Amino acid sequence: MKDLIEIRWHGRGGQGAKTASLLLADAAFNTGKYIQGFPEYGPERMGAPITAYNRISDHPIRIHSNIYEPDYVVVVDDTLLESVDVTAGLKEDGAIVINTTKGKEDLAKVLQNYHGNIYTIDARKVSMETLGKYFPNTPMLAAIVKVAGIMEEEDFLKDMQGSFEHKFAKKPEVIEGNMQALKLALEEIKKVN
Amino acid sequence: MGIRERLSGNEAAAIAMKQINPDVVAAFPITPSTEIPQYFSTFVSNGSVDTEFVAVESEHSAMSACVGAEAAGARAMTATSANGLSFMWEMIYIASSLRLPIVMSLVNRAVSGPLNIHNDHSDAMGVRDAGWIMLFSENNQEAYDNLLMAHRIAEHKDVLLPLMVCQDGFITSHSIENIELLEDEKVKEFVGTYHPEHYLLNMKEPMAIGPLDVQSYLFEHKYQQAEAMRNAKKVILEVAKDFEKLTGRKYSFFEEYKMEDAEIAVVCMNSTAGTTKVVVDKLREQGVKAGMVKIRVFRPFPAEELAEALGSLKAVAVMDKADSLNAVGGALFEDVTSGMYVANKQVPAVNYVYGIGGRDTREADILKVYSDLQEIATTGTIDNPYRYVGLRK
Repeated sequence: MKDLIEIRWHGRGGQGAKTASLLLADAAFNTGKYIQGFPEYGPERMGAPITAYNRISDHPIRIHSNIYEPDYVVVVDDTLLESVDVTAGLKEDGAIVINTTKGKEDLAKVLQNYHGNIYTIDARKVSMETLGKYFPNTPMLAAIVKVAGIMEEEDFLKDMQGSFEHKFAKKPEVIEGNMQALKLALEEIKKVN
Repeated sequence: MGIRERLSGNEAAAIAMKQINPDVVAAFPITPSTEIPQYFSTFVSNGSVDTEFVAVESEHSAMSACVGAEAAGARAMTATSANGLSFMWEMIYIASSLRLPIVMSLVNRAVSGPLNIHNDHSDAMGVRDAGWIMLFSENNQEAYDNLLMAHRIAEHKDVLLPLMVCQDGFITSHSIENIELLEDEKVKEFVGTYHPEHYLLNMKEPMAIGPLDVQSYLFEHKYQQAEAMRNAKKVILEVAKDFEKLTGRKYSFFEEYKMEDAEIAVVCMNSTAGTTKVVVDKLREQGVKAGMVKIRVFRPFPAEELAEALGSLKAVAVMDKADSLNAVGGALFEDVTSGMYVANKQVPAVNYVYGIGGRDTREADILKVYSDLQEIATTGTIDNPYRYVGLRK
């Protein structure tokens, strides 16, 4: 892992991109890293485009600005590809991770100026199969952990089990489904170019 | 040594308040400080503090309740932002003039209007002459540490002034970052118990608080407030020394970053200091002798010490995250430059108003300031000292 990894999340209000960025920060923290996890707050409405950020490093993180040249971008909703410049500043040795069923050609059309790595996952399918409802953030969290090589899969799953037990203390019935969503997402994420 | 945690700035402030366990907390929710009383109220509900939590109907009442509690002899705390602080305005002055060491967590946000919930320092700058000690915090760790030191400073018998701990709204208040916490019992021991000398609930010493103060007394009372603010400087350093013994973390009036041989420097406060350190490191790699001074103690203002720290620079830039709308420059700029003038330190100085209403402050913005400073250091000329950075043309 590089000394400092910067990740930018694009989602829509209500999809859990902010929560995913905070869970990612938690997971990396638990492996001994220095972390930042913060959303860019705007008018908060369901469905409006939102941005969230992560920094992960072996050293204390001092910078307090948004991220303009991310190593990785996570797109939680592929309808944003046409309305938001999701690859702005994205480093070409990094990657974009998209929740979509679109293939290489379709993505190339909307990501014209981007020549770096593209990974996709059908987070809707993963979520429906494991949770029975559409919560794209859990699969996308697993996807970015794998693509960015933030931690070992085994450590990640163990850590998330603990996080979910804490987060869902009042509805333990969803813990197993979320764990399954993570595991399936780790298998389903694939490089398309 | 310490507890490794990750918390947002608001969580850090709430945890500090939990560990301090004050007698009274009175607060009214306002973005972006809402989470502080929200988290604190859960500590009250689950019994981890025995604080009397007063869910008041406005910020004016929040500060009034703190004034009443503190005057009665209790330790009182509150949290607010922006227009919440504006609504406290009347009671802010009452608190300091009655010499009540109330402690506030101020999560800095732009004062309306037009309505904006994001960060700048216009709320804090509006009360800079109100007789409160004002500490600024770069990140969650400093927001936490400053709160732990707050009561020792404010309640000191030579001080007895209210104190506010500032941090940047959203930028640090809502960002999860690493932090090192102290164990509860260590905080309890460090902060100590509040033993007011004079208080309303002391039946052996009946007294009136805040009666009419006419021509023959008010001047002297204001002098005493000013004297207390001067005394606070010594106490702030003493408390910092004890805190360093406990935690290893060193605090003073301001932090000097790579200033030993610096030729140009930026003076700033709160989260911008972190970003500026990153820029200074990059400039140093290029051989530029850049430094930074981060103000921690804004009131009392360490004018002499700053003049000394900045006095041999070739150029200095002062960053104000609030415009004073006075056609001259921001508040920090005026304080820094007047301090240098009085101390006979003639350094070319320039002011940048920046980050208003949550405008993101990027490395590129800070870099621009240093590049301007390099030019000023070379030419020695400043066409216009009152500038803006990050402003859309």
